[in-house]
Amino acid sequence: MHEMSICEGIRRVVEDAAAAPDIARVTRVRLELGRFAGVERGALDFAWEVVMRGSKAEGSVLEVIDLPGRAMCFDCAKPVEINDRLAPCPDCGGGKLMPEGGDEMRVKDMEVA
Amino acid sequence: MCTVCGCGDSVVEGQTPHDHSHDHHHHHHRGQDLHFGQGPAGVAVAGMSQDRLIEIETGILSQNDRHAAANRARMAALDILAVNLVSSPGSGKTTLLCATIRAMQAAGTGPVAVIEGDQQTANDAERIRATGAPACQVNTGKGCHLDGHMVGHALDHLDPAPGTTLFIENVGNLVCPAAFDLGEAAKVAVLSVTEGEDKPLKYPDMFTASRVALLNKIDLAPHCDVDLDLYEANLRRVNPTIDVIRISARTGEGMEAWLGWLAAQRAQAAA
Repeated sequence: MHEMSICEGIRRVVEDAAAAPDIARVTRVRLELGRFAGVERGALDFAWEVVMRGSKAEGSVLEVIDLPGRAMCFDCAKPVEINDRLAPCPDCGGGKLMPEGGDEMRVKDMEVA
Repeated sequence: MCTVCGCGDSVVEGQTPHDHSHDHHHHHHRGQDLHFGQGPAGVAVAGMSQDRLIEIETGILSQNDRHAAANRARMAALDILAVNLVSSPGSGKTTLLCATIRAMQAAGTGPVAVIEGDQQTANDAERIRATGAPACQVNTGKGCHLDGHMVGHALDHLDPAPGTTLFIENVGNLVCPAAFDLGEAAKVAVLSVTEGEDKPLKYPDMFTASRVALLNKIDLAPHCDVDLDLYEANLRRVNPTIDVIRISARTGEGMEAWLGWLAAQRAQAAA
């Protein structure tokens, strides 16, 4: 639901980075999104096309690099990687996990022409 | 919508959209590293030509985060404690807030102000003002959450006194407001007993982002076959450190614990 706002955030970052006059257009943008960033890929693709209209990134390809979910297990007191927000600790099977990473939302780089 | 600040769709009550200048963007940071003219970009990316690859490495919400940081600094300078109340629609946030304000006024715990976020109407701000506390309604239009920029404008509008306890009642939505920092000291989730014990499991991000969960309308618990312990267990499953306060705005049960939590936060904000 907030993918539209997220795309607007990306547009600002991309427009800043593509402000130089020798950049005619942006052909590809790569994002790094954590598994727990709460961003829905389908909604993002939809918003992308709409929000980028009229910018140098209109019609550009959106690529997403998925970053793993990380959490601190309160039972074994160490950081673990989990794929699912409600998954138990892969080491001890405990259910007390505090997400510590995987909420990244970054524009990594872009290809320009 | 203004493509520079994105503020065209949100309306601060009493202002027409876009009647503010964009001066606040003049300090717009351009901190990202742009590596032009350095030949090969030094990273191999399939399908991307190396000499026209621009590294950015900037957070998507970095602009929101800058607004939030400015709000936080501004409120810290005035010893203002800001609490961001998040919940689904109908959890009883506004009723609980009115009861909280009346209790704080009775106890003489200093000035209180409220920023009300909704998509439409100024109904909630009017309910707050009926308690005597100043309130500023922010209508987000199509927006599903408040952001740092809107709250900055609302602060201009409210101009809260030093030492104020500022409640920011976010748009009723258990998804999007989790991602947007407003400059608050803490997010407080309000969850009513009629919503179902598995709400924290269905919408974990909001409860992970919150420091406290107010389990509201517990006076209704006997009438709706709910397991309050299961609510708490599910809250702790998605956030092992969350404080849970069982409360009823209607009967006043649990209000003391909630007011005590607020007092402890205020003491910290003023320290």
